[in-house]
Amino acid sequence: MGLELKNLYDDFRDPDTIKAYAAIIAEDAKKLTHPINIMEVCGGHTHTIMKYGVLQLLPSNIRFVHGPGCPVCIMPKERIDHAYVLSQQPNVILVTLGDMIKVPGSNGSLQDARSKGADVRFVYSPLDCLKIAQENPDKTVIFFAIGFETTTPMTAALLDTVIRQDIQNILLHVNHVTVPEPMRALISDESCIIDAFLGPSHVSVISGSKIYEEFPRDWGKPVVVSGFEPVDVMHSISMIVKQFIEGRCELEVEYKRAVSREGNLKAQALNDKYFHKVDFRWRGLGDIPQSGMGLKPEYDRYNAEKIYDAILPKEEINDHKLCICGDILKGKASPPQCSIFGTACKPTTPVGSCMVSSEGACSAYYKYGNLV
Amino acid sequence: MTKTITLAQGNGGEENNTLIKKVFYKAFKNEILERSEDAAVIGNLAMTTDSFTVSPLFFAGADIGKLAVCGTCNDLAMMGAQPKYLTCSVIIEEGFEVESLERIVESMRKELAINGAVVVSGDTKVVPKGSVDKIFINTTGLGEIVQAGISSNNVSEEDVILINRDIGCHGATIFAAREGMEMSSTLKSDCNSLYPQVKALMDAGIKITAMRDATRGGVAAVLNEWARQSNVCIEVEEEKIPVSDEVKGICEMLGFEATALANEGTFVLAIHKDYAAKALEILGGFEVCAMASVVGEVTQKYPQKVILKSPWGTSRFLETPNGELLPRIC
Repeated sequence: MGLELKNLYDDFRDPDTIKAYAAIIAEDAKKLTHPINIMEVCGGHTHTIMKYGVLQLLPSNIRFVHGPGCPVCIMPKERIDHAYVLSQQPNVILVTLGDMIKVPGSNGSLQDARSKGADVRFVYSPLDCLKIAQENPDKTVIFFAIGFETTTPMTAALLDTVIRQDIQNILLHVNHVTVPEPMRALISDESCIIDAFLGPSHVSVISGSKIYEEFPRDWGKPVVVSGFEPVDVMHSISMIVKQFIEGRCELEVEYKRAVSREGNLKAQALNDKYFHKVDFRWRGLGDIPQSGMGLKPEYDRYNAEKIYDAILPKEEINDHKLCICGDILKGKASPPQCSIFGTACKPTTPVGSCMVSSEGACSAYYKYGNLV
Repeated sequence: MTKTITLAQGNGGEENNTLIKKVFYKAFKNEILERSEDAAVIGNLAMTTDSFTVSPLFFAGADIGKLAVCGTCNDLAMMGAQPKYLTCSVIIEEGFEVESLERIVESMRKELAINGAVVVSGDTKVVPKGSVDKIFINTTGLGEIVQAGISSNNVSEEDVILINRDIGCHGATIFAAREGMEMSSTLKSDCNSLYPQVKALMDAGIKITAMRDATRGGVAAVLNEWARQSNVCIEVEEEKIPVSDEVKGICEMLGFEATALANEGTFVLAIHKDYAAKALEILGGFEVCAMASVVGEVTQKYPQKVILKSPWGTSRFLETPNGELLPRIC
């Protein structure tokens, strides 16, 4: 019998295994000398934690701080406005990934733009742009690229194909960001309460576990690179707790089934060919130097941001003054402490970054967390 | 509400409900409409209407024709009524193939026979290319109520919640077809006439509290509607909700919840605890209901809410799906 899809997740959602880890963590946590605050950097982990009720399985001295790792949530409003403006151009098809079309900018969301007549589409893979471009030779397809290290190689692969096949009607608007820089920005703040990190496994499948080596070494913060299933997350939490009670501070990989120290070198080479590090402004966190991946200048002729420069809004839009997303991301506050949480700020009308997509901390609390 | 209509307002979930309330209920307000049942009850008759648009028109397990008959007949069946008379109104795009139209109408004929219903009136419009997407079908149905008193407003703590089969097949099939996902699986739409199952339950003397087919918005929408309309809390055990491996697989790949996926031959049933075993036995007689299951109970823990309980002892609220059904990014 061959491998079936369910073989990839069934065991990692096994109730007995989850309960067994809960028991181990509860026992080990008694030996902790102080409460520990773990940040799951990635929105995918936030989703797992809330959906599977992981917090309900933890003792009170193990707490979570939900991190900034959702590519939709961290998109500053002015860049959403870029997408909106581009979608309004004649003969443009604006293509992006899933949730991005729901996020409101200053004039509305891409969904609103579409209902007013703009051609906005979402795809599962950036390479789907090739088919759209082929079917619409008289239109310009602009791919609004978003995501962390996981999706950057797919955008690079799209550009690689566009150049190799000399496709004339695909442009890119690139909004890729990286994980280690915001982690560093968060712990540089002295009031930040994070004691350890849960690192996203899929990022390390591409970039390797090596990108986190500085955190235990230079900052004294343990990191465990974790898979996304509930058993993975419980196992990783247990590994972090054990580091604390044994007085260790290390980088460990829980997701051994696909993560190596070096990562996917071919994908990294493809990224390096087309992208370079740039400064990026994060919704909720502000400017973080070298935290973005932009197109190299030699590919300007594929860069929608350059080509449409004259019409794209430049002014930076600050976060709403009542929004405390910045504090939530640093662990200084939790979503229900925000004065507009669940009232002015809801998933259908998000004000702050963390309410924007289902992977944001506030949205996850709104949807799943009101029981805990 | 937004100034222009968005796709989210047709999702069967939250935005859809707001649109209906703020525009249609406001204008058409009357006692029968405001009961928000699958079909209106007028004396001993049940009446309902539904419009059908689906892309692709032909998909694994059914086509738009079968869907157009099942959809309306099922809404009647959900009120304990036997489907009797239907109207059939079509809007066809210029250039549509007659052969496809004949295939669609043949599907409708077959499905009418299963329900014991006939089409007694119809209308045909042809519009210029681009005015509709190939073909839209509307059917209105009239049924004769066999068991009276079935209502989404009557669910109580005496009841248990059942689902007649594995969920999400229709939604998953349509998504897979639209995305051109080639899968070596047996996944097909659950599109099916429900009257035979309902009739079997009624014939066995089972008193039905509430019944609703879980179309757009899926099982999550139905449970939330009941919790709200009946002012109760519905507590569901996640592992008891029947989901096939194929549907689970699609959900994994695209980041969906099976409970939010549309169905066309799946219904949720609220019946008195004492009838649960008998109902399962009767549903067991239908091949498609092999996975029928009691999934939860009714309490007062959090009125108007649905709680989903995991096999490892945690719980969370199951919300009405909102927004357009979009895949998660990472």
